[in-house]
Amino acid sequence: MVKPMRLIGRISYTKQTNYNSKNFSFMKTESQENILQANMARRSFLRYAGVGVASVGLLATAACHKDHQAPTPPANGVDLGAKNDFAILNYAYALEQLEAAFYLQVAATPYSGITSAETALLTDIRDHEVLHREFFKAALGSKAIQDLTPDFSSIDFSNRAKVLAAAKAFEDTGVTAYDGAGYLIADANYLLIAGKIVSVEARHAALISNLILPGSFAASDVSDPATSLNKSASIPEVLKIANMFLKTKVSAVNYGYTAS
Amino acid sequence: MNLLNIIEEIENVDPEVYGRLSQRRDVIKNITSFGSKVAIAALPFAVGTMFKKAYAQSTTAPSVIDVLNYALTLEYLESAFYNAGKAKGTALIPADAASKYFNQVTTDENNHVTFLTAVIKQLGGTPVTSPKFDLTGGGGNNNGPFADVLTNYSTFLAVAQVFEDTGVRAYKGQAGFLLNNQVVLTAALSIHAVEARHASAIRQIRGLTPWITSTATLGNDTKISLVDGNYDGEQNVTQGGVDVTTLKSATGSTTSVAVATAAFDEALSSDQVLKLLSGSFIVK
Repeated sequence: MVKPMRLIGRISYTKQTNYNSKNFSFMKTESQENILQANMARRSFLRYAGVGVASVGLLATAACHKDHQAPTPPANGVDLGAKNDFAILNYAYALEQLEAAFYLQVAATPYSGITSAETALLTDIRDHEVLHREFFKAALGSKAIQDLTPDFSSIDFSNRAKVLAAAKAFEDTGVTAYDGAGYLIADANYLLIAGKIVSVEARHAALISNLILPGSFAASDVSDPATSLNKSASIPEVLKIANMFLKTKVSAVNYGYTAS
Repeated sequence: MNLLNIIEEIENVDPEVYGRLSQRRDVIKNITSFGSKVAIAALPFAVGTMFKKAYAQSTTAPSVIDVLNYALTLEYLESAFYNAGKAKGTALIPADAASKYFNQVTTDENNHVTFLTAVIKQLGGTPVTSPKFDLTGGGGNNNGPFADVLTNYSTFLAVAQVFEDTGVRAYKGQAGFLLNNQVVLTAALSIHAVEARHASAIRQIRGLTPWITSTATLGNDTKISLVDGNYDGEQNVTQGGVDVTTLKSATGSTTSVAVATAAFDEALSSDQVLKLLSGSFIVK
């Protein structure tokens, strides 16, 4: 039997938001629990980090520290600021800075045995990521966060498998980040631009996956096999991973994440 | 079941709740009399549906259900297409391509149909039924411009690519109608990403760039002029008011049109998509 108090609580909550075409809060609550498996991304998301690029132990340590710290951004970092569209655009800008820096390095120091086809594809991706970075910088103007300094010391750029595993982690994380943050964007124009970029990131992700293992473009590590929905991730989940490759740590205090 | 207590609770906040629900009294009676027959887990949804209808707004923008039914229609098409291709076996699709690519894509599109149907029902809507399709693009004569789509692998690949690239554009065009809807928007974006993964993979099989690399005047990079309309707009280089070709690139002070168009996928409205499909792949 459903507990009455629980139901009443829900109804009261939804009454505040009204029932209109854009906001099914009541449905949202139920759906998150039972139907859409909105948590589907969470369970296995950190598996990406394990794909040859990072230590999950590091994440666990970071999470423990967080509980004991006041929510202030670290001195060596930057915060996305107040909860609004600029924070989300800066979030995207941070990820694009990281991806651009990675592929610039890949192109500058190609791994041994790289084929001409791979060079062409990875150069294309570099150019897309640099343009995404430059676009956000131009669009955000004075609202843009600072240039971030990457830390790729954990990546062996001479090794094809290591580079492609890192590329896959960046692309898959990028897709889950855009998909997971889309609902936080208030302006439809910004949402459309995010949509224009995320599908290109998904195209990259599928290519990189196929370079690692042909036919793995939409495998169960990135897409829920029961629903065939790409996984999505929250801002804290994504920034934890991104910060492993950044000297300039990115926090999102108002979205519940402080870099340690 | 304390359903009536819930309504009393609402009445405290909204005295007109009974008025809003007046046409729904039979529903309430049914729910209470059903009692043990209704799965308890499902009941909150039934209640939610009732209230959603009671408070529904009239608006010119499509409803969430409209958006989902539109998406379902597109998934029906993709699903029918890949299932028909799969049914032909190796006479159409080489075994290696089936095991590496098309089994996955077929499963995904069928899953999307199942998923969207379930979500529409759970939100209190009625899923549309599948239209009739003509996979040759002939509007029902089954002898359209892609007449050999189920006998010639290269035609099958070409149509698959057009469906996937167009599907990506179609989902993108709906995002604005789902603004701030965490569950439905996130789900739609997640399907959108999977369609983009498909598009990338099929373009790779066809030897094209995984991304759409347009010229200044032509969005279509498939070399199939029949589908120019499906790619029209991909030649756009202005994003958020910024001409992105004026931005610096990895190697210079400006960015090429090829990079500028490939780095951003463009949206299509539902009107545009249905115009492209209706009377060709969708039988009127």
